[in-house]
Amino acid sequence: MLQYQDKIQAIAARLLKECKVDLVIGFRRGTVPMMNEPYVARTAEQTTNLIWDSHCGINLTNYLTDRKEKIGIVAKGCDSRNIVTHILENKIERDQLYIIGVPCQGMVDKRKIAQAVNGAVDQVIENGNEITIKGPAGDKTVTKADVLQNNCSLCKHRNPTIHDEMVAEPVAEQTDIDAYESVRAIEAMDIDAKRAYFEKLLEPCIRCYACRNACPLCYCPTCFVDEHRPQWVGKSTDPVDNMTFHFLRAYHCAGRCTDCGACERACPVGIKVRIFTKKLEKDCLELFGWEAGLSLDTRPPLDVYRPEDPDDFIK
Amino acid sequence: MKTITIEMSQWAAGIAKLKDAYRVWSPVRENDYHVFKELNKDALPDLDFSNTRLSAKQAIYPQTQKMFEYTLDESRPDHHIMHEAPDTTGPQAVIGIRPCDAAAFLLVQKNFNTPQYKDPYWVKAYEKTTLVGLACNNPCSTCFCTSAGGGPFDEKGLDVLLVADKDQYLAKVLTDKGAKLLDAAGFKDEADAAGAQVTIDALREKADAAINSEIATDQLGAQETLTLYDAPFWEEVAFACINCGTCTYLCPTCWCFDIQDEVRGHNGVRMRNWDSCMFPLFTLHGSGHNPRDTKIHRVRQRFMHKLKYFVDKYDDGIQCTGCGRCVRACPVNIDIRNVCNQMNRFGTCPA
Repeated sequence: MLQYQDKIQAIAARLLKECKVDLVIGFRRGTVPMMNEPYVARTAEQTTNLIWDSHCGINLTNYLTDRKEKIGIVAKGCDSRNIVTHILENKIERDQLYIIGVPCQGMVDKRKIAQAVNGAVDQVIENGNEITIKGPAGDKTVTKADVLQNNCSLCKHRNPTIHDEMVAEPVAEQTDIDAYESVRAIEAMDIDAKRAYFEKLLEPCIRCYACRNACPLCYCPTCFVDEHRPQWVGKSTDPVDNMTFHFLRAYHCAGRCTDCGACERACPVGIKVRIFTKKLEKDCLELFGWEAGLSLDTRPPLDVYRPEDPDDFIK
Repeated sequence: MKTITIEMSQWAAGIAKLKDAYRVWSPVRENDYHVFKELNKDALPDLDFSNTRLSAKQAIYPQTQKMFEYTLDESRPDHHIMHEAPDTTGPQAVIGIRPCDAAAFLLVQKNFNTPQYKDPYWVKAYEKTTLVGLACNNPCSTCFCTSAGGGPFDEKGLDVLLVADKDQYLAKVLTDKGAKLLDAAGFKDEADAAGAQVTIDALREKADAAINSEIATDQLGAQETLTLYDAPFWEEVAFACINCGTCTYLCPTCWCFDIQDEVRGHNGVRMRNWDSCMFPLFTLHGSGHNPRDTKIHRVRQRFMHKLKYFVDKYDDGIQCTGCGRCVRACPVNIDIRNVCNQMNRFGTCPA
């Protein structure tokens, strides 16, 4: 990780010094354990603030939308896939970007870390595949694989799919992963059980929209929940309105979501919101053989029409 | 006022008895965190927590509150006439509220209960609520109450302060409301007041010393408002912000709301819901103009309100009790402690 960080800083400093970019977007060290802050370096001196560790889970593509400058951006696998999606959706131009690719080894889930020491965490120290957690209740060392964010455990694209320069050699991609076990469990439920499951899942939702706002796909100038003439969705935490928000948001992400996990990571009340997007990801894979953000050369399935489309309803 | 000793063995029976006379709110564990919930018949408070994920404000100021009801059914004589939503709830007790959350009600009160304006919903709910605090023996690393006008054993705004001491609670009675509640629960064993205070003081000193995070607020009042408003650091503060409502919804002192009508069939309700200065819609005018149409405007508003406008308006400290929830829950690590310190020292000589 430290090698990554040194390389990120060196590349960023070089880009800024050579005026190749106006700014570099990355992370700086957070003020509390397991939290880093998205950060913009505008001078070579500021690049010493750029860091890299297993707490860089926020998707930085969120910070590119509609920017006009020349931008250097630090991108792990999922960020790079969202950058591809952003370019395809005209939210940024490819030649505005200098993508500093980071082969990712997964981000840790701060909730799992807190559970491992049963509460407060004072410090988290990474050493390869081992993570030592220091807290008032004592120290504990865990294996990184056991405390990864769920989306990282299921990730098959750890290496950036698009980049201008890599900070290290690619890492081995994970294989033999069953990414859709949780989705199949819900697909197997009958309609009443599904409804009960979703109501229970969304019961804690406070409609703070952290999931939506952390999502690089959610860049609509006015989100459908904020439309007010007419107003489509109620403002209270009524279960129907909560479900409307989460279901519709998920559908808006169909064929676009890279399962970066930013939504779930951001949720203050720990709702596993990825279950919705995961289902749509599975459908896109099964129906269209599609995974979002792998290439700039193919349009996403939901924004193309093909005359040979096998479905009748579209003809 | 006296101090009552409550043996842990008496606790469950006392809470059960209390439920005959009060609706009882307290922390319960949900998934991997604690939240305040109204306890059902058999549930007990779970006081093995550092602090709840959401503050206790919802016990008095719910996220959604029905204000009026009406019908659009024109066959009824009272169609299109607003009726005040009936409030049939009796007294309620909040058991295990942390001193930071109790103190927050006093700050919120400055807005909802003034000599000129009284918010009837908030005032009524506050008046019928008895707050039983739980002193923080083990504050979190992100707590900064001691530099935000409070402390882990602060008694402000509380009716009773519970101090956990080995296998008992020392319940310090602070108001008549508090005495009445303990009486209703059947907690009557009076402790030797002087001896109990020695124990409480010792625990308090330990807890105070465990708070290792602080903010500086001494220069906020003296800062020129417009200069601070135009300070260059806001751009850097706001960069990471994703403009979600986590900080404001988790905050015990954020009080903003929005009033909405909702109709199903012929039945309508007028309700108010928490709103957030982080949302663009919060300030969108009917004309389409939005005076806070960028992220920087909104982020600045949140901090300026809490740490400058409030200070100037009331001259009674900041609109923050140092509970640290926003610091812990912000998805992108925007830390009010850093922002407050930057605001406080802005324009001063860095010597």
